[in-house]
Amino acid sequence: MQLKLSAEDAAFREELRTFFTTQVPAEIREAVLARRELTKDQFVQSQRILNAAGYAVPHWPVEWGGRNWTELQRHLWHEEMQRAGVPAPLAFNASMVGPVIAAFGSQEIKERFLPATANLDIWWSQGFSEPDAGSDLASLRTTAVRDGDHFVVNGQKTWTTLGQYGDWIFCLVRTDAEVRKQAGISFLLIDMTSPGLEVRPIELIDGGHEVNEVWFTDVRVPAENLVGELNKGWDYAKFLLGNERVGVAPVGATKRVLAEAKKWAAEVGQLDDPLTAARIAELENDLLALELTAVRVAANSADGKPHPASSVLKLRGTELQQAVSELALDLAGPAGLSCFAGEGALAPEWSRRSTPVYLNLRKASIYGGSNEVQRQIIARTILGL
Amino acid sequence: MDFTFDDEQQALREAVRGLVGKRYGDYETRRRTVAGEPGFDEELWQRLAEMGVLGLPFAEEDGGVGAGPVEVGIVAEELGRVLAPEPYVAAVVLAGGLAAELGTPEQRSALIGPLAAGETLLTFAHAEAGSRWQPTAQAVRAERDGDGWRLTGTKEPVPHGVRADQLLVSAALPDGGTGLFWVTGDAEGLSRTTSRTIDGGRSARVDLERCPAQPLGAGGDATAAIERALHATRVAAGNQAVGTMESALRITAGYLTSRKQFGVTLNTFQALTFRAADLYVALELTKSLVGWATMVEAEDPDSLADAATRASLQVCRAGRLIGQEAIQLHGGIGMTAEYAIGAHTAHLVALEQWLGTGSHHLGALAVTVADHAEVDPIR
Repeated sequence: MQLKLSAEDAAFREELRTFFTTQVPAEIREAVLARRELTKDQFVQSQRILNAAGYAVPHWPVEWGGRNWTELQRHLWHEEMQRAGVPAPLAFNASMVGPVIAAFGSQEIKERFLPATANLDIWWSQGFSEPDAGSDLASLRTTAVRDGDHFVVNGQKTWTTLGQYGDWIFCLVRTDAEVRKQAGISFLLIDMTSPGLEVRPIELIDGGHEVNEVWFTDVRVPAENLVGELNKGWDYAKFLLGNERVGVAPVGATKRVLAEAKKWAAEVGQLDDPLTAARIAELENDLLALELTAVRVAANSADGKPHPASSVLKLRGTELQQAVSELALDLAGPAGLSCFAGEGALAPEWSRRSTPVYLNLRKASIYGGSNEVQRQIIARTILGL
Repeated sequence: MDFTFDDEQQALREAVRGLVGKRYGDYETRRRTVAGEPGFDEELWQRLAEMGVLGLPFAEEDGGVGAGPVEVGIVAEELGRVLAPEPYVAAVVLAGGLAAELGTPEQRSALIGPLAAGETLLTFAHAEAGSRWQPTAQAVRAERDGDGWRLTGTKEPVPHGVRADQLLVSAALPDGGTGLFWVTGDAEGLSRTTSRTIDGGRSARVDLERCPAQPLGAGGDATAAIERALHATRVAAGNQAVGTMESALRITAGYLTSRKQFGVTLNTFQALTFRAADLYVALELTKSLVGWATMVEAEDPDSLADAATRASLQVCRAGRLIGQEAIQLHGGIGMTAEYAIGAHTAHLVALEQWLGTGSHHLGALAVTVADHAEVDPIR
């Protein structure tokens, strides 16, 4: 048991803090801090700056840009990045498809995709969920049928986040309909400019366009774009989702918003209100417990596999992310009605963002394996129920 | 930051777990023990003394072992796991901690060596009618009597106040402030009545009538030392509560997989398993915060008050959730004294009543929210 960082880790933390707050453009970080939607260029610019310094994909294998950091160092990297308002490297690239390709792809696929994925030269979209395959992902029906050197893909994916920016999409496709549903799935990489592929926007309750449907009509995909073995896609997907659970506990970002919310509370004369102060104090404590759990659990991860308790991080992390957004909503009060009034409104930006962000974050307990799926994982694999 | 225990600490855990597990592994033994006086097992107390456990936090020159909060936390967690009724936290951590911090060398050798050896049971008589966990005393007053002091007033509840051989008593000083005094168990003017707490512990009413007392150390205001000792006690009790909560969850999960209704085991019902999952989440979060507070006490003592308050809030929140749900998930059997689960809930309640409820700790944190931008646990 040791509380204090080693001199080496303390220096590491300081180095990251300096880098994030001086090398990533202030206007990008301000946009994050103001909880604005980022442009594609802002995501790309930020990730390239990180990648050039070796800070985009530290958890990848060393030969593909990984840093071989300790779990604690990875935690510090993640926290300092969020604290500084630096957008995290695009999850679809850095946390999802990259690690899958690195772990299961052929040498050729690695060389072709990993450097471009790390540098966000390719913007990846995720093709997992379908209209009838949400939490029951293995029921997916999009098919890929072999035809000579190609697969022919037909079907529909949905909830494709930022698919409007996507260059490529990694998809789970059904390649064998005759076997147990998990045993007939493959992991396929598809160029989104392919004929027959269409991206259609879905308008969400916050008024934004964040997710899409992706339709496939006889899309021809070269067979060499298959990752790993045919019909092993479900294993790769589980590997990916396990990584995703760890990545989606946005402790640092939620802490940052809560720190901002205290300023907002002071602005509207609510910080002295005992109920508001108690609510903030309780949220700070809940976040502290979560952050410490992230450190404790990360330190116990073995063989790169997610600790079963990573479900705790996803579940609790998204609950607190939502709870802080709810605090901001309440602090904004009637000014929240001016959400679409723009810069000309009297309401400050934070209060105008409060309603859309609150509604937008309802997604957090649904994606990445809904919180009910996480409870199922905890009950089954940890408690043996 | 590193939450792992070294080999020596692991060995300590195994040794304590072996000893108390053997004694209280059968819940019926624990029931019988708390039903009779003094409410704990004197023989087990001696065994703990022989193992060096009672002397863990004290300096070697005082008769202790020279270990720290992490080792104390390990012991407390293992005691909490089997609901061991031995007054480890009250006697060793709280009363012993005060004697070690404030006592003169003579007082320390008279109190701590015998406490560590299991020869003397020490307690801290502090709570008074109407008091709510403050570090000060009002109802018991100290007055000068020649070269000495006399105390008058009533303390209640006092942990193991009747069994205790020696008492440390807080009292309002004539010139203001709260002093800390040593009162021997056979002092004139001292009368004590015992009662059972809800978790099978012992609590006393202690009446002092011009009772002769010796100031601990140099005398004077001891409020800050009392507050520090209470916070250190909260950290140890938090570890004890973690053991109790972990045990409650293990028993509950076991019950869900064995109890049948409608022809199937209860874990068939997702309405129940999801609630058990939430208990696990609460437990994991609590382990992290309590482990952190324990390390803060060991390495950054200036931040003890903040860390202990934060850990206590989490312990109280999780203790209520796990305590209530463990009974509910059991159904009627959870209401019976014969079955172990309800005693876990009762113990978690008694710990809160002794050291402060969630509302109390949250109140302390709420008045400081404007003092910092964020809470950074990393040192």
